[in-house]
Amino acid sequence: MANEENTNVEELKLDDARRVKVLSPGMLVAKRFFRNRLAIIGMVIIIIMFLFSFLGGALIPYSQSQVFYRTEEMKKDYAGATYINDYLLYEDKDAEIPSDLYSKSILAITKKQAVVETRGGGSLALRPLAGDSYIIYSAEEIKNPRAMKSQERKDAAAESDNYFEYDDVSYIFDDATGKELLYRVSEMAVICKLSFTPFSEETKLGYDFYKGALLAMSEDDKKFEFDGASYTIQQDGEATAMVLAEDGSDYVYISNMNMNSVIGGVFLTPDFKETAALAIEEGKESFEYTNADGETDTYLLSEKSGQHLIARNQETRVIDTYASPSKEHVMGTDANGMDLLARLMYGGRISLMIGFVVVFIEMLLGVIVGGISGYFGGWVDNVLMRLVDVIYCIPSMPLYLILGSIMDHYRATPTVRIYMLCVIMGSIGWVGIARIVRGQILSLREQEFMVAAEATGVRVSRRIFRHLVPNVVPQLIVFATMDLGAVILAEATLSFLGLGIKYPAASWGSIINAVNDSYVMTNFLFVWVPAGILILLTVLAFNFIGDGLRDAFDPKMKR
Amino acid sequence: MKKFLIRRILISMILLVFVSMIIYGIMRCMPASFVETKAMQLAEKPGAKSYEEWLEQLNASYGLDTGIIQGYFTWASKAVRGQFGDSWNFSQPVLQKFSSVIWYSFALSLAAFILEIIIAIPAGVAAARKQYSMTDYSITVFALIGISLPSFFFATILKWIFAVKLNWLDLYGIVGRMHQQLSPVGQMLDMAQHMIMPVITLTIVSVGSLMRYTRTNMLEVLNSDYIRTARAKGLPENRVINRHAFRNILIPIITLLGGTLPSLFGGAMITETLFQIPGIGYTSYQCIVAGDIPFVMFYMLFSAVLILVGNLIADILYAVVDPRVRVN
Repeated sequence: MANEENTNVEELKLDDARRVKVLSPGMLVAKRFFRNRLAIIGMVIIIIMFLFSFLGGALIPYSQSQVFYRTEEMKKDYAGATYINDYLLYEDKDAEIPSDLYSKSILAITKKQAVVETRGGGSLALRPLAGDSYIIYSAEEIKNPRAMKSQERKDAAAESDNYFEYDDVSYIFDDATGKELLYRVSEMAVICKLSFTPFSEETKLGYDFYKGALLAMSEDDKKFEFDGASYTIQQDGEATAMVLAEDGSDYVYISNMNMNSVIGGVFLTPDFKETAALAIEEGKESFEYTNADGETDTYLLSEKSGQHLIARNQETRVIDTYASPSKEHVMGTDANGMDLLARLMYGGRISLMIGFVVVFIEMLLGVIVGGISGYFGGWVDNVLMRLVDVIYCIPSMPLYLILGSIMDHYRATPTVRIYMLCVIMGSIGWVGIARIVRGQILSLREQEFMVAAEATGVRVSRRIFRHLVPNVVPQLIVFATMDLGAVILAEATLSFLGLGIKYPAASWGSIINAVNDSYVMTNFLFVWVPAGILILLTVLAFNFIGDGLRDAFDPKMKR
Repeated sequence: MKKFLIRRILISMILLVFVSMIIYGIMRCMPASFVETKAMQLAEKPGAKSYEEWLEQLNASYGLDTGIIQGYFTWASKAVRGQFGDSWNFSQPVLQKFSSVIWYSFALSLAAFILEIIIAIPAGVAAARKQYSMTDYSITVFALIGISLPSFFFATILKWIFAVKLNWLDLYGIVGRMHQQLSPVGQMLDMAQHMIMPVITLTIVSVGSLMRYTRTNMLEVLNSDYIRTARAKGLPENRVINRHAFRNILIPIITLLGGTLPSLFGGAMITETLFQIPGIGYTSYQCIVAGDIPFVMFYMLFSAVLILVGNLIADILYAVVDPRVRVN
């Protein structure tokens, strides 16, 4: 318009101010392209995607396969406690023990007999102590009226004991059957429903200690001696007691409960046992205990068929799966506790890279085959185009799936899979480009400029790739842009089906793969929605650009 | 015409031979995972033979003990006679399995196809009538979104909305839980209900290209001289569009649609798999994953035939619909 007006002006000079602005064809295309709003939107989206994936991936402090943990308060079983229902036997190492000592003792206790016979032909006698405890002796019946009538025996009977010593010999008498029988006895063991827990793990207790403690518990002075040291018993309840050493420090804890830690390597201190036993006796649901290091923990008690469980709230480190978006993880975390934003960025790298590499391979193959086929025609064309037809006939998605499962079988590493995927998709997708190139070149090669090229003696390869192919470039660019979108889509679909990019490498498709678990689909939208939107936006942007380019290259369509 | 047809069919036959060769070769590269898995299972049974013995026996019975080339000719000589063998994965004849699942795929594809035509053609025409208007932009954007939508993502969104949030439809499958108790009509409706989401997915994903194709062709037609003539005569715009222009865009559209007709039988592998519709696509997907060579061979060949037939139909229609084109 402007130059038409200029021609009407009389003095027409070709100075700079009046020079008609002539745009090169390339510039014209660019101008038309940048006028297309959709194409601009597409460009912006693609630039953002590149920044997001490549720059974002470099800036984000996390890597794509970094696993995050969180600490969680978890109720963990700490110890178990049961009342001791069975008699425990503590044997004297020096005595000769009959093989059926335990069963015969139980028999005697339940039948309330003081003396029973053992299988070996001997007898054993029981001396009851306080709190369901007994001392077991091997017994031999004798007649000793002098001993029978002694003051010692009367004292014992007065204390409702059946044991006495006379002339440095130990006796047990039994008058339950009406006849007064006397036995000469020697100690073998003690039997009771109590457990002994020493305060320090090194303390070793012997038979004499058990006997002494049990005796002391049933006597008034609560004192006994063992290994040259004297101990005092401090009774808490009927069946729990603390043995104090000479200096008044806690030495051994005696209880009618069996308490064992369920965690390996934990030694339950008598102190703890005492606290726990008291709490259980009082029927509490929880108790507090301060350990030697001064840390106070709350312990929870529960009872299940006689078994008391002591549990503790403990901080445990667990993988931070499906964490909701937060300051730390802007997009949350996925099933493996990996940061989703980082995975989206790295996945974008892979998706974009695969798109470009595949399209490059397609271009290379398609242009070479199409160019040769179109230029030479004849049987070369026929053979090459039949090859194109064959590949075109093979349904691509099932083929990708088959090749994907072959890679599965050979356990290809994620990196190998990425390269293989590029090669496979590239070597199948080129046929469309070959057809376009061939079709164009078939008509172009008949034009005058090709006659001129031939006349000037240009090499064949140069004629094809320097004179013919550049004329196809506009169609190629449009096709390639659209194809980029299609390739990214195909890769995403493959990865979604689990046959493309695999863990730990990320891809947008494999991130959405999480929806195969319907629980994730329903409850963790932040896991799969962003990846889907990214795929959609990227493919859409490539289509916008391709569309804009087509319009820009081919302005015929304008009205 | 006859000569052209015969030549095309002969070429197609040769193509099929090569296609089947390539696919067979690739399938045999899949290191017989199906047989290995089965041998593993059989060997675990109490008192069974060892894994190696089973593997040998199964390889022999499945015809995998021969070389690839010999195996191919064994397979091809049977396939020519229409014997595609038994599907390993489903333990029934391939053709029987195929005929029992194909109609689900066909119904699904047909419904989507019809919907696609109903939506795409009017929309494409409307977009072309007012090029660069708001209508045009929104239709173009819609079409491009459809093309760009990953079907698995769209299907998941549909599931989330209709199955999870609204609870109107089932997540998966072709029949509901109460299917057996329903009357025949009820059973039909039950199946139709399960087809809703797959059909929507397929339609939205594939409607874009037809829409754009219609728009491009309509633009071309509207630029032609006879439209200018019609307008110059003073015909109302509606008549110009609906009579003069529309009839002319039917030529490319019918050619295109005719070419896609065979693919209605091809099944939609991804969509069917997502919704577990037991059509040919889902069945083949299962077979591919399991390494079921007979079924996959059949399916791939079947798909190749569909593509070839589609091309042939398109070429024929091109000549039939437009008398200006001469077949040569």
